[in-house]
Amino acid sequence: MTALPQAWERPRATSKSTHNNSQRLAQIAAPLVVFLVVMGVWLLISYVALEPRRRFLMPPPQDVLVTGLLNPTNLATILAGLWSTTQVALAGLALAIAIGSLIAIAMIQARWIEWSIYPWAVVLQTIPILAIVPLIGFWFQFGFNSRVLVCVLIALFPIITNTLFGLKSTDQTHHDLFTLQGASRWQRLSKLQLPGALPAILSGWRIAAGLSVIGAIVGDFFFRQGEPGIGRLIDDYRARLQSEQLFASVALSSLLGLVVFWGFGLLGQLLVGSWHESHRSTE
Amino acid sequence: MVAIVGPSGCGKSTLLRLASRLTSPTAGEISSAEGYLGYVFQDATLLPWRTVQTNVELLAELAGVPKAERSRRATEAIALTGLKGFERHRPRALSGGMRMRVSLARALTMRPRIFLFDEPFGSLDEITRERLNGELLGLFERERFAGLFVTHSVSEAAFLASRVLVMSARPGRIVAEIQVPFAYPRQAELRFDPEFATIAGVISARLREGIR
Repeated sequence: MTALPQAWERPRATSKSTHNNSQRLAQIAAPLVVFLVVMGVWLLISYVALEPRRRFLMPPPQDVLVTGLLNPTNLATILAGLWSTTQVALAGLALAIAIGSLIAIAMIQARWIEWSIYPWAVVLQTIPILAIVPLIGFWFQFGFNSRVLVCVLIALFPIITNTLFGLKSTDQTHHDLFTLQGASRWQRLSKLQLPGALPAILSGWRIAAGLSVIGAIVGDFFFRQGEPGIGRLIDDYRARLQSEQLFASVALSSLLGLVVFWGFGLLGQLLVGSWHESHRSTE
Repeated sequence: MVAIVGPSGCGKSTLLRLASRLTSPTAGEISSAEGYLGYVFQDATLLPWRTVQTNVELLAELAGVPKAERSRRATEAIALTGLKGFERHRPRALSGGMRMRVSLARALTMRPRIFLFDEPFGSLDEITRERLNGELLGLFERERFAGLFVTHSVSEAAFLASRVLVMSARPGRIVAEIQVPFAYPRQAELRFDPEFATIAGVISARLREGIR
């Protein structure tokens, strides 16, 4: 389900000379060109490939914009759904971070803890969420709690593995230094292992945040009690053939994923940008 | 100041690890003086997220020295090692030689009576190394600590130490002890003294015998 957790992001080019103005312009222009091409193909499909009565399969972009995004009632409904889903995703992410970090910290305290828990973390990762939806529904009802649980189940694994990887990658000489000074377990953890693991931990959070948004939307589909989330709206729009709203909802959920990704990138830059390569912005 | 020279892999570092009790001996006993041991590693072993100032404060912080006192000690050690003005820099912004100074300053804050040096200048270029050798001797004069200096550089050993122990490769044994008669303080020009060359030659010859 997830890609392998990537602890270190690819370092960005930092030399000033490679970032002269013309290159910067090209960096902005290139994705814009792709955007225009995609829009062109979209228009072609809507108006040329599809006959008017089948146009709902791919409504032209301006209709999506006008009906889906600029109509105040529709936009309010979609944004409310998006907000509900965001709350679920954030609650799930926060829980996953809390539980996952504690598990990883417990694992580095003793080999036997790691050996006894790690295989089960892998098993957790392989459980097909959809298969246990009915169970979750039984136990936690079909509302907010169940949706959060789906997020936690999806987001937990990358947090455990990245945190564990980070905590274990402390230099041996640093450990020696702390040993010589007679550092306590807590000092070792708080002053050496955790700060050193921060870049890896933040990468884990970033991956988990994306997964948590996906988990929340998937959860919306199955746990339909309470405020409707964006996933449920998407399903409803599909059933009612309201494809303009459907497209708008999909676009806004992608935007949510993007905002979360950026947000965590920014957080990383703030926390470790001053000393670690992976989170430096271009100088 | 005692220096230990030997070919790589002969157990010089292990000796220091034993002396500092980082490693326990498989057999035999170690007797060492009580008191605080300063240990300077091959790498500077600085924490990259800390500034020079807080890196230097680290050991005192771990030992539970109150904030005001450890900051005073760090300021003093930073001045002694010529790092004034770099307090707020992070290790990534420093050169290898500067990082080694931070590492030295960090050990100094604990006012050790005995210093163990594990090839601290091994990865530096010769110019920086000779300069730091000189500064280390200056510190040695002022602070009057005892030093056990492991190196694979013959001239570094002869320049710093009053006694040089030569180790042989596998099994690691001490095969020679050479007195270096020059008085402290020593000047950089000592390296070009004919007598210095003679002593370096003797150490070097013993070292080659040990390898054979």
